[in-house]
Amino acid sequence: MAEKKLMKGNEALAEGAIKAGCRFFAGYPITPQNEVPEYMSWRMPAVGGAFVQAESEVSAINMIYGAAATGVRCMTSSSSPGVSLKQEGLSYCAGADLPLLIANVMRGGPGLGNIAGAQGDYWQATRGGGHGDYRTFVMAPNGVNEMANFPHKCFEVACKYRLPAMVLADGIIGQMMEPVEFTAPEVDPKNLVEPDWALGINNGRAKRIVKSYDLREGYLEKMVLERVKRYKEIEKNEIMYEEKMLEDAEIAMVAYGTSARVSVAAMKLARERGIKVGLFRPITLWPFPKNRLAELSNRIKKFLVVEMSLGQMVEDVQLSINGAAQVNLHAKPGASVMTAEEVYTTLERIVKKGAKEYAVAK
Amino acid sequence: MQLLNKRPESLVDVPMHYCPGCGHGIIHRLTAEVMDELNIRERTIGIAPVGCAVFADTYFNCDMIQGPHGRGPAEATGIKRCKPGAIVFSYQGDGDLASIGMAEIVHAAIRSENITVIFVNNAIYGMTGGQMAPTTLIGQKATTCVEGRTAKQAGYPIRMCELLATIDGSTYLERTSVHTAPGVLKTKAALKKAFQTQIDGKGFSMVEILSMCPTNWGTRLDNPSEATKYVNDDMMKVFPLGVYKGEK
Repeated sequence: MAEKKLMKGNEALAEGAIKAGCRFFAGYPITPQNEVPEYMSWRMPAVGGAFVQAESEVSAINMIYGAAATGVRCMTSSSSPGVSLKQEGLSYCAGADLPLLIANVMRGGPGLGNIAGAQGDYWQATRGGGHGDYRTFVMAPNGVNEMANFPHKCFEVACKYRLPAMVLADGIIGQMMEPVEFTAPEVDPKNLVEPDWALGINNGRAKRIVKSYDLREGYLEKMVLERVKRYKEIEKNEIMYEEKMLEDAEIAMVAYGTSARVSVAAMKLARERGIKVGLFRPITLWPFPKNRLAELSNRIKKFLVVEMSLGQMVEDVQLSINGAAQVNLHAKPGASVMTAEEVYTTLERIVKKGAKEYAVAK
Repeated sequence: MQLLNKRPESLVDVPMHYCPGCGHGIIHRLTAEVMDELNIRERTIGIAPVGCAVFADTYFNCDMIQGPHGRGPAEATGIKRCKPGAIVFSYQGDGDLASIGMAEIVHAAIRSENITVIFVNNAIYGMTGGQMAPTTLIGQKATTCVEGRTAKQAGYPIRMCELLATIDGSTYLERTSVHTAPGVLKTKAALKKAFQTQIDGKGFSMVEILSMCPTNWGTRLDNPSEATKYVNDDMMKVFPLGVYKGEK
């Protein structure tokens, strides 16, 4: 069994990326993710990798674009406003079919917002974020242990299907300390096969080009459609979710990340008080576990989406369930966290009083 | 029969899309000749910009990447830090390098990234159809300053070599031009010095090359001979040629 360590979420994420074979990091300071570049600045040289503090988030993502093109596992991290700045570069990475890891340790928005944890970037993360038709593989950790172990899965998927992967965390998970066990396999980059598209020392082979454009009529369409085939494979093979106490549930909460932690506490309260409630936690936000939710809606006729935003993931839940069950929302925007008691009260109104809740919590 | 000259191996045998009288074709060829002569083609990674030279990824016979507008030096940084044995060059125009990419070029020089930048300054946005560039001269007409650039409305043309020369991290900076045959030869020598600077691990190098854009310089200059005169009589007054950093 691996040794347990007490670590901060952001540091666990950085070490998890290193253990997954990441050997280049470029980033720019922004709260609440600063521990990631800080950790990488000394850890990366210690494992023979490279670290650059970029002059901006824009530059950082373009350093990653260059690094990823050489076939090296690479990572950048930021928080909401900084991730907005990275979107053009991310779109180029997706358009050039490059694998990389980007972490968004979400804070309050829009604009400068504040520096507390929030979940307002769900749409940005799962809808591509930048311009054009593309997808990003998105994983949502619910604690420090998943921060430590998700980078491995992200790199595996990113490299296999050639697309950017994102860890979508929030300031609470980034800043909290918990016991961590690095259970994901450790990757030595020396053992990785150099991809047949990677730029480098060519030793007489034909030249390689990494690019996201094609001006010839019909060719860009072909490029995009080829990518869509890989997206479909990801949707088939890589969906992850967790279910708690859904077997006898009359209502299911749907939540990810910090909201899922609050929902677990609300579930315990509600069960003690006689409400049969369970939790469905999407772990991959794209691909979204829509088929499983649809299955559940055959049996469970009431859902409550709990999220720290105006209500973003709730739209994916509605699309998945497609009218087969009632979808309620407990939303908390502005980097505020709902309490378990508040969520319980919403559950009680829905289950005991037959209310339909679809409102932003006051 | 003696072969006097041939296509450099570092240049792919395809027709180029550049307009008549444009300097890009010359500058591509010079870069390719230098890559051949330094025997670095098989370990060179080039970066094509957004702008007229976007298809440079097709023309150079080495590994190439095409990326976002202005970010060449950032891409070059990521590539070089991951592949320190590679020779990395970023090929950029004036809008790309001196406007949207100002932060990236300045900070690449600050870090003294061991890369080479080929900066083609033709004082205009070519690909998009002749808008004012950060290097457009005072009085020069463009589609976004139809009566000519005024300092009051749009400020002054930026001199990149002079700017980067103030930075400790820049190692070799030279401004040349390709409007005459001697200028072409001097440009080649400068490119060779710039790549050699990188090969020797000495840090950031850039060659700024004054070039012609007869297509977008307006009707008065709409032929190659008038365009070369404009470089000589007008551009070189604002952008004096010479070595701004490193050995002369």
